[in-house]
Order: sequence, then C-alpha cells, then structure tokens
Amino acid sequence: MRIGIFMAALTASMLLVSAAHAASDPATDKLLKSTSDHTKFKALQRDFDSGPEVTKVCLTCHTEAAKQIHKTQHWKWEYRNAQGQLLGKKTLINNFCTTPVTNEAACNICHVGYGWKDDTFDFTSEVNVDCLVCHDTTGNYRKPAGLAGNVVTKAMEFPPGSGNIIKPIDLKKISQAVGKSSRDNCGACHFYGGGGDGVKHGDMDSSLASPDKELDVHMDALGLNFACATCHMTQGHQVPGSRYAPTAQDKGDAHVRGKEYTTNPTTCQSCHGQAPHKKIAKLNDHTDKVACQACHIPTYARGGVATKMSWDWSTAGKLWPEGKPLTKKDAKGRVIYTAAKGDFVLGEHVVPDYLWFNGKVTYTLRGDKVEKSDQPTRINHFEGSPGDGKSLIWPVKTMRGKQAYDPVNKTLVVPHLAGNDDTAYWTNFNWEKAVATGMASIGAPFSGKVDFLSTESTWPITHMVAPAKDALRCNACHASNGRLEKVPGIYIPGRASDHAGWLDTAGWAIAALTLLGVLGHGLGRVIVSKRNK
Amino acid sequence: MARIYIFKRFERFWHWTQAALIIFMLLTGFEIHGSYALLGWEQAADLHTTAAWTLIGLWLFAIFWHFTTGEWKQYIPTGKNVFAVMNYYSVGIFTGAPHPFRATQLSKHNPLQRLAYLMVKLFINPLIWVSGLAYLYYNELAATKIAAMTGLNLGTIALVHTAAAFMMLIFLIGHLYLSTTGHTPLAHIKAMITGWEDQDEPVRERSTEGARAKAARAS
Repeated sequence: MRIGIFMAALTASMLLVSAAHAASDPATDKLLKSTSDHTKFKALQRDFDSGPEVTKVCLTCHTEAAKQIHKTQHWKWEYRNAQGQLLGKKTLINNFCTTPVTNEAACNICHVGYGWKDDTFDFTSEVNVDCLVCHDTTGNYRKPAGLAGNVVTKAMEFPPGSGNIIKPIDLKKISQAVGKSSRDNCGACHFYGGGGDGVKHGDMDSSLASPDKELDVHMDALGLNFACATCHMTQGHQVPGSRYAPTAQDKGDAHVRGKEYTTNPTTCQSCHGQAPHKKIAKLNDHTDKVACQACHIPTYARGGVATKMSWDWSTAGKLWPEGKPLTKKDAKGRVIYTAAKGDFVLGEHVVPDYLWFNGKVTYTLRGDKVEKSDQPTRINHFEGSPGDGKSLIWPVKTMRGKQAYDPVNKTLVVPHLAGNDDTAYWTNFNWEKAVATGMASIGAPFSGKVDFLSTESTWPITHMVAPAKDALRCNACHASNGRLEKVPGIYIPGRASDHAGWLDTAGWAIAALTLLGVLGHGLGRVIVSKRNK
Repeated sequence: MARIYIFKRFERFWHWTQAALIIFMLLTGFEIHGSYALLGWEQAADLHTTAAWTLIGLWLFAIFWHFTTGEWKQYIPTGKNVFAVMNYYSVGIFTGAPHPFRATQLSKHNPLQRLAYLMVKLFINPLIWVSGLAYLYYNELAATKIAAMTGLNLGTIALVHTAAAFMMLIFLIGHLYLSTTGHTPLAHIKAMITGWEDQDEPVRERSTEGARAKAARAS
C-alpha cells in the first residue's frame, strides 16, 4: 500500500516535472511563440485581390506599423550620411546594375511597398506598405519583376503577348501565416542584390538561407540558427547595421540586459566584447587594430554561389547575326556574358582585400565630375588610416567595372535599362537613347555622347563568419606577401617590408664575418698543430 | 695532471639550460622576424614566448644564486693580463704558448671572458629582456602614456629586440668557437659538463713574463 502511494507520488511528480519543462509538441511550441493566431482573425478569412488590401487589414490592429515603415531606409531608399551626402537606391549610381531610376518596374520589386513604378509614387500612402514581403512565413510570396512590386492574385500573362504566365499567389493563406522575419524574408532581396544570386555582396547569397556551420557559424541552420534580426536587432521596424552607417570600430563591451546602449547592436563586439579569445590570449592583442571579420571570414562567396568581381558594360549589346542576343557561359556553366549586361568575372572562395577603415564612406554621386584616367573612378571610397585611432583593418570586396558615362559633361549617367519601350537598353541595345531617357527623367544634362569609364566600389565583408577552427592562422598575415602585405602604417612581425634593412644587413654581415673569423682562426690552429707533429 | 672543480652543479645546469634556450630562441626569433620559415610562424611565436618565460624563471634563480654565493664577483672586470690574453689568442695559440691565465675557483674566467660575459649580462641580456617584454606587452604599453610621450611603437621595439638578437648571435658564434681553445678542443666543454677542469701544471700564480718566456721557448 505504502509502496503504491509512493509510486503514485513519484509518477505524479515526474509528470509535473516534464510539464514544467514541457513544450516539445508543435502545438505548445506554437502557442508559446505568439499570443495571436492570425488564422483566427475574421478580417483575414477572405480572399484578397491585391497587396494593399491585405495591408489595410494589418493596419486595423497594427495601427502604427505603416508610419514606422515610412521612417525607414527600406521605405525611403534614402539616407543622408555624416558628410551630408544623400545616399540610397533612390539616387545612387553603383557599378552593378547602376540605378533603379527609370527601371522601377523591374528593380523596385525589392521596395517594401506596392506600386513604385515611377517618380509619382506616393511615399505617404500607408496601404502601399508591403507587410507581407518581410513577414511571410510560407515562402510562397512573390513580387514578379516588371510589376513595380505588386503581387499577382490571378494568373496573368506577362509581359503581355509573351506567353509567359505568372502564377497567382494566395494572399489569404499568406496573410494568415505571418510571423517574424526569417533569413528567407531578408534574403529574398538582400541575397539577390545587383540583379542575381550573390552578385553584389559576396558575403550574402542564397546559400545563407540554410547554411551549415562552416559557412556561417551563427546562422548554422542546425546550430545557432540566427535570423538576420538576431544581430540586426530591429526596433520599431528600424533595422540597425546598415552599410550606409557602418561601425568600423566598436570599443564597447558586450551588451548586457538592464543597460541602455546607444551603439550599433550589430557589431561582433556587442555580443563578444573586446577580449573574446579565451584560449590564446595573445589574439586579444589584435582587436585594437584588426576587425574581427578580417580573420574570421577567411574567404567570401563560400556557399557555392559565385559573386561578381567585375562587370564590363562596355561590351554589352553583342547580337548573333540573326539578331538574337549573345550569351556566353564558362566551363562550369555560369553566365559570363549577356548582350544585356556585358562581360562578368565571377568569383567563389574569394580572398578579400584589406584596408584601414574608420567608418566613413564617401560616394561619387550623380552630377559629381568624373574623369577618365588610368585610375578607376571610385563609386565609393572607404576612408581610414593607421593613425587616426578610429580605423581597423577590414576585409572588403572590391568590385571593378566599366560603365557608361557622359564624356562631355563628365558625369556618371542614369541608363534606362528595363522597359517595353523604344529607348530601354535591354530592348534596343542603344546606349545613347537609353541614357537620354534616363538623364531626362532626373532632369540632368546629357551631351548625347556615351563613353565607358573604369569604376571601383568597395563592399564590407561581414557575413559568412566561419567557425573558430577555420579562422585565419597567424601566418596568413605574419609573413611576407601575406594577406596584409599592402596594408601600411603598422609593424607586422614576419613581414619583411617592415624590417630596417640596414639592421638585417649589418647583423647578418657581422655574424658571417665573425663566423669566418673564427673558422679562419681554427684553421690556423689545425695547420699549426699538424706542422708541429 | 691536476683537476680542479670549477663549475658547480647549479652553475652547469643554468649554463646549459640557458644555452639551449638561447639557441632555440634565436632559431624561433628569427623565424618570427621573417628571416626564414622553419616551424611555422604560429608555432615559432608560441614556443619563443614559452622559452622566454622559462629563461626568465631560470634567470631569477641564477640571479639569486649569483648573489647568495658571491659568484657575481667573477664578472668584475680586471685590466690585469687583458693584453696578455689577447696576445695569446692572436699569436700564442698558434705558437704553442701556454695560456697566460689559469682558472681557479675564485677566478674562473680570464680577463677577456670577464669582459665578454659582463657585457652579455649588463647590456645584451637586459636589452633583450626589456625589448622582449615590451614586444610581448605592447598593447598594454601602447595604452599607457609612456608610449604616447616617447613615440614608442612596435616597430622600434622590434628593431631593438632584433638588434639585441644579432648581438647575442654574434656572441654565441665567438663563444662556441672559443670553447674549443682549451688545451684540447673539448677540454673547456668537458669542464662545463663535469665541473672539473684538467690542468696540465700545478696551480700557481703566473706572471705575464713567465708566459712570454714559455712562448719564446716554444717558438
């Protein structure tokens, strides 16, 4: 009897314990994640014909969401940096696809809004905010190119007459399954910057959707499984960690709960602090000069997706005799030439360039004078120096290219690339017409002449952080012709170019003379002793 | 043949451990400097640091030993017989002249040795230690006002450390060779191992004249 009571108590206590630890069944998991089940919302139990219709419903509960979005870079595509330069996709010209301006219907599918097809877009509209692109969890949400960020809810032929049918998406299902932004949401645009998978950044491509530990120790799908927002800790829809406002050197300690921080929460230091190396303390002596990324991202484009290292627009427009646009592929079947875009050089497992970076980036803007010379025009320029106390040695991707410019007015140009009209370059392969339309759209002067200019742009390498075992070893930099060979203003033990030549020459010479001297002396002794025998 | 106990047990232990450490640190040090690749930079830097701390530890004992035993007096420079010893190494050694100096327990080093070792102990070693520790703790140093005021940077510290290493290398070459100049090539080395030095004549104070006279007779 007693044993029976004991057993019952034991069983009960075991059940209680397991209930307290609980939450291993999917239903409980789901319950503990959110206080709202969007499938139960009456307002979402209907069909939607357009994106704005969904947004309207979202805003009935999330009343301030659109106003928050209106204040973000994701909405404005504008950012004024510390030097007062107006940056952002709305105005910048890069050396990839150059600019979305006059190409909005195609490019602006990556705007967090609906319907930005030209400069008449209403940036004050709340219903034009696209909630779903960032909060879809089904993976079925699509914003097809050419529709200015609008979605397709009924099968349609696009472009008209092409025979290409765009499948509709089910906004009812998608809207009922909204959730926190995942790597897939952010990646839908950020993995594909520059017009394709991995093209632009090199450290961000579709391989990060579900990376293994070797590719990214934090986003490791079977490990830490970070979302983008785990580091880019978003508040009020403001996403920190933009490359327009980089933190080159974070001297702060790891952030702890209960303290208020005004610094960028995206930096490595904001979690790892200033002395993260526990086993080999000497490594902590590097953190005042070398960005974490320099050693911990040994190469970029490591996930099997190539990134573009250079893009030559000047060779675009080659057609087969019958008028069909030419395309070239390399031995691996990757496209390295298209008539629409010109020649590309692709790279995988690319060793970054390294430079002193203090967080200040200066851009060449629309209207700035550019000069054709042996030196490429710098689309942007990372500033920094060894002695300014603000710079660290950063890994970067250097993107090289040749792009259209106006040789008379000496400015970069806005080319009208995409569109079903007579002047779009991708339709008629005529630069003069394309640039005339592009420049007219921004009210900028155009001489009528187009030439090509070598350009260079710099991109921070900060994703694809490898596990510690794959970090660079000492000899990657502590050597002659190592990775930091060209980084000036710092003494690197092992780098011959840092040696005082006179000391090495004198040192070895005197040592050699001493050796010769004693050998001669010894020889003398040997000869004398032989003679005396 | 007389034997005389010159090098005590600790002294011999200290000497050979130090010798091994110094040779090892020259090897690894010049690899860190970038003169060649042998163990790999990482390994070289790691072992160089470990060896440095070992040598510092050994030195603490050695300094203690020198002062408690009074052996430090062995390094007080003397002008007496300097020229005779120099003359011996440049001429007498070839003519079969006897060494003008005879080691005793109270005076185990000849005047040239005294000078050379004193120079190692008072100049080269401190230069290596100070520059080496500054090298190792450069970050801490750079954070202080000392670095800012003196304009000291890692390049300068490395330069001094390397210069001192060259001096040590040059000393080592000379020292190794001179160790073969006993009455047999291995006599000094044997003495440094066993502590006992063979002496071919009874111990007595010898004058420079005596040595010269013997040198003259031999030639």
